Amino acid sequence: MRGLRDMNTTAEFETNTSEGAPGKAETQDKGRGWNLRSLVGGSRTCDTTGMPVCLDGQFFIRINAVLAVVFLLIGGVAAILLALTRWEAVHLLPREWFYRMLTLHGLNMLIFWILFFEVAVLYFACTTLLNARLYSRKVAWVSLGMMLTGAVMVNTVIFQGKADVLLTSYLPLLAHPAFYLGIILVAVGTLVGVFNFFATLYMARKYKTYEGSVPLVTFGATAAAIIAVVTLLHGAIVMIPTFLYSMGWIGQPDPMWYRMIWWGLGHQSQQVNVAAMVAVWYMVATLTTGAKPLNETVCRGAFVLYILFINIASAHHLLVDPGVGATWKIWNTSYAMYLAVLASMIHGFTVPASVEVAMRNKGHRKGLFGWLTAAPWRNPAFSAVVLSVVIFGFIGGITGVTLGTQQINIIAHNTLRIPGHFHATVVGGTTLAFMGLTYYVVPLLFRKDYILRSVARVQPWIFAAGITLMSFGKSFAGSMGVARRTSTIGPAEEAYGAAVHVFLGMLGIGGVLAFIGLMLFVLLTVGTLLLGKSNVGRPMACWGKPADLEGADMRSRPEHEEHKTPGTVILVGVFLLAFAVYYFANWAALADVWHVR
Amino acid sequence: MTEKKHIIQRLMDNPWVLLVLGVVIPLLSYTLWGWIELLMVPPAPLP
Repeated sequence: MRGLRDMNTTAEFETNTSEGAPGKAETQDKGRGWNLRSLVGGSRTCDTTGMPVCLDGQFFIRINAVLAVVFLLIGGVAAILLALTRWEAVHLLPREWFYRMLTLHGLNMLIFWILFFEVAVLYFACTTLLNARLYSRKVAWVSLGMMLTGAVMVNTVIFQGKADVLLTSYLPLLAHPAFYLGIILVAVGTLVGVFNFFATLYMARKYKTYEGSVPLVTFGATAAAIIAVVTLLHGAIVMIPTFLYSMGWIGQPDPMWYRMIWWGLGHQSQQVNVAAMVAVWYMVATLTTGAKPLNETVCRGAFVLYILFINIASAHHLLVDPGVGATWKIWNTSYAMYLAVLASMIHGFTVPASVEVAMRNKGHRKGLFGWLTAAPWRNPAFSAVVLSVVIFGFIGGITGVTLGTQQINIIAHNTLRIPGHFHATVVGGTTLAFMGLTYYVVPLLFRKDYILRSVARVQPWIFAAGITLMSFGKSFAGSMGVARRTSTIGPAEEAYGAAVHVFLGMLGIGGVLAFIGLMLFVLLTVGTLLLGKSNVGRPMACWGKPADLEGADMRSRPEHEEHKTPGTVILVGVFLLAFAVYYFANWAALADVWHVR
Repeated sequence: MTEKKHIIQRLMDNPWVLLVLGVVIPLLSYTLWGWIELLMVPPAPLP
């Protein structure tokens, strides 16, 4: 369990026991207020990991995490209603309520659930992992107050039927001013939380609460925070004039301009998720198997590629917009963005590879995949993260890069293929990873052991199966031309043919399964908070960890084999093959559009 | 005497430089360039 800190061998806790020059002693004196190890009353030592926990940080992590789950529940209820509507044979909601629920679903799932949870992750990464106390309790309250007020305003206005404009709220569609003001409050509140993170980072560095580089998880959280700054800047640029317009104080902003700036908010907010999700992958891999990154510098380099290049991927939402030229589109969605894709592939290799190394070092060396079969599959955090890596990479990543190609985008734009893609990244990837982390957050920070542990072990599988099925259903239906953001295929049914009902049925059944998985997660988590057995004074109940086989000491493995990962290399080969097949199949589909005779 | 760090390591250890680069690159490549492209679109002639 000490692995989270041990992961970064260059950074150790400052013990404040060394006697140095007066200058250093003075710095250490001032630093005692920031160092969790020497902070009286403001911290505790985790009974499971032995790591210091900032009590202020813990308080706000708890509140943000609980609110995140509440918004997940709201978004989830909207999701099942939508799935049962797009399942043409059921077609539950009338058109008006379909758009209302779609707006509610988008904002609660893509914005509120994710941002509240990310603020919790940021507070954890800058306090416990850096041995520092949270910069400011007041700032954390301001952040929380603004975010919560904004989210409640937005949801209230949506339920009142005054904001049926979807998540994108493209002009000239116009919602009630409270809708835009609510989003501004959430965005600024998150920015305030991000400021608290950076300020804690600054104080921890200034007063040397840690030595060397920050741990990799904190580095990943820093990448997420930097991307969040860009995202929220775009949010301010687009939402403030739109709010003023909704009040009747200025003229209508240009719709093309609105689309471009809005996607600087809308897509980049999902890149915050990606960076945070990858940080969670590393964290859970360490917690569950004791894995350490194969190469810290390479992993950090991949995060730097995210920071520099992932945000410009927003351009692929404008690939069919006439206002921006081909050079702008191709540069932003291809050449530069591929550096960010490279980063994802690096993480997609290093996370399973680090698990393979850890498992082989424990003695599980039978064949190519003996390490994988012996992995702690009964641990829901581990299975959630493995499924997250697979769904994010094989479905979300491959489809994302393909659909983001300008030429191919023309046959997929505004079809169900697009939500088929991003449900695999944001839900199958990010949400599932966050669910996995929650199986440690609740026992470690709320200090309650999970109830119904056998149900928890299957929950990630049910959720993953549902999301995968739904994503396939959407993608195949979209390949037949079914449009997104419509409640029915209606009069176009004959043009699609009967097979479309099979895929829309897959969408619906997948949605039901995913909803069951989500409800199990919410019930398990809320149930544990209310009824779970306290683990204060003892380590959390173990989810199950891989056994150390006899004679499995690192030294028993030949030195030249210490970092060999043949199983992961095979898996990466399968991934690249799937990528190539899907990519070229799409070019073939594009070629079919023009009949050259 | 402390060992001199590689420039890439120094970059990775400096969140403030990363913050500036992370904000400036997308603002130039996506936002500013795109905004200029939109400003250069001629008004559509009304029928």
